[in-house]
Amino acid sequence: MDIFLDIVSWTLLSAGGVFVLIGGIGALRMPNLYTRMHAASVTDSMGAILVLVGVMVQAGLSLASIKLGAILIFLLITSPTSSYALASAALLSGIKPEEKNSAGQRELG
Amino acid sequence: MIIVFGIFLITMLVITAIATVRSENLFVAVMLLGIFSLLIAANFFILDAADVALTEAAVGAGISTVLFLGALALTNENERSRQGMRWLSVAVVAVAMLVLIYATFDKPAFGDPNAPVQQHVAPWYLEQTPELIDIPNVVTAVLGSYRGYDTLGEVFVVLTAGIGVMFLLSAGPTVGGPTLKRMPKNAGIGLRHHPIPRVVGRLLVPFILLFGLYVQFHGEYGPGGGFQAGAIIAAGFILYALVEGESRTLKALPQSALTGLMVGGALLYGAVGLTGILLGSSFLDYSVLASDPVTGQQIGILLIEAGVGMAVTGVLLSIFHAFAAREMI
Repeated sequence: MDIFLDIVSWTLLSAGGVFVLIGGIGALRMPNLYTRMHAASVTDSMGAILVLVGVMVQAGLSLASIKLGAILIFLLITSPTSSYALASAALLSGIKPEEKNSAGQRELG
Repeated sequence: MIIVFGIFLITMLVITAIATVRSENLFVAVMLLGIFSLLIAANFFILDAADVALTEAAVGAGISTVLFLGALALTNENERSRQGMRWLSVAVVAVAMLVLIYATFDKPAFGDPNAPVQQHVAPWYLEQTPELIDIPNVVTAVLGSYRGYDTLGEVFVVLTAGIGVMFLLSAGPTVGGPTLKRMPKNAGIGLRHHPIPRVVGRLLVPFILLFGLYVQFHGEYGPGGGFQAGAIIAAGFILYALVEGESRTLKALPQSALTGLMVGGALLYGAVGLTGILLGSSFLDYSVLASDPVTGQQIGILLIEAGVGMAVTGVLLSIFHAFAAREMI
C-alpha cells in the first residue's frame, strides 16, 4: 500500500515538475507578453495542482494535507486574478495583443 | 540534498542582488527585491528558522514591496544616470567585501556543534523553557521573555521609524518646490472599475485577517508572533485599500485608531514591564503577573506579543496611508 501511495505521489510530483518546466520554457520562448502569460499560467494551474496533490498524498490524512488543501484553494483563486490584473494592466498601458514586441520578432503594425 | 538546495538558493540570492543593483528601472528593482526576500525566506526556512522566514516573507516580500511601490508612485520609474565617483564606490564595496570574506575565516563551520552559538546560552534556553515558561516554541520564549529588553527596543525602533516616515511624508510643500496636495482626486476609486480583483480581494481580506490573528495567538505553539501577525494584518488592510480605495479603508480603521494602535502597543509592552516592578520584581519579569510563575510568564508573553502586533500593524498601515495620501509630482 505504501509503495502504491509513493508511486502515485511521485508520478503526480514529476508530472507537476514537467508542467512547471513547460511553463518556464514557454515564458522564455513565447513571442509577446500575452502568449508568455498564457504559457506561464501552466505553472500556476497544472503545476501547482499536481505538486500540491502529490505532497498531499505523501502527507496522508493529517493536518498538513488540510493546510496544503487550503494553499491549493488559495492559489486557485488568486493566480487567475493576478493573471487578469497583469493582462488588464498591460492592456491599459497600451500593449496590444496582436503586436509582437519581443526582440527579433517582426512588427505586425 | 538540503545542502544542494541551500547552495542553489544562495547562488540565486547573489544573482538577484546583482540584478537588483544593475537594474536601471526602479520598478524592476522593486520586483527583484521581492524575489530576493522570498529566496532568503526559503533559506531561513531550510535552516529551521521558521519564525524568521515568516517575518521575512511577510515584511520583506509583502509589505516592503507595497511600500516601495507607494514610494515609486511619487517619483520617476527610471534611475537617474550616475556620473563620476563610480570607481570610488566600487573600491569601497570591494574593500568591505574582502574584509567580510576575511572575517568568515574565523567563523565556525556550518552546523558545528562546538560553535559558541550552540554552547553559550542556547542549551540553557532549550533545557529550561519547558520548566520555566512551558510553551513549545522556544523562539517565542527567547524573544518575549529571556530577551524581552531587545524586543522592547525593537518595538520602539519600529514606532520611531513610523513616526519619522509620517513626519517626512506629511511635510507641507517646500517654498518654490512642487506643490503637494493631500488626498489625490481619485482616492475613493481604487480598483472599483475592475470587478474581478475587487470581488476576489473582498473575499480574501477576512481570511487574511483571520490568519493574522492565528499567527498572533499561535506564536507560543508554532512559528509566529506579533511581528509576523502585524505584517499580515496590515497586508489584509492594504489589500482592502487597493480594491476599495483609501477613503473606505480609513473609514473602517481611521488614522486616529492607527495612531492609538502604534502608541498603545508600545505602551502596553512597557506597561507589562512596569507592572513587574510594581509587583515587586524587576522590569519585564513576568513571573509575578500570576500566583504561579509559569502562568505569569505565559500571560506576560501573550500581552507583550499583543503589544508588538498592535504596534507593527499601526506603524505599517500609517506608513502606507502616508504614502497613499501624497499626490504624484
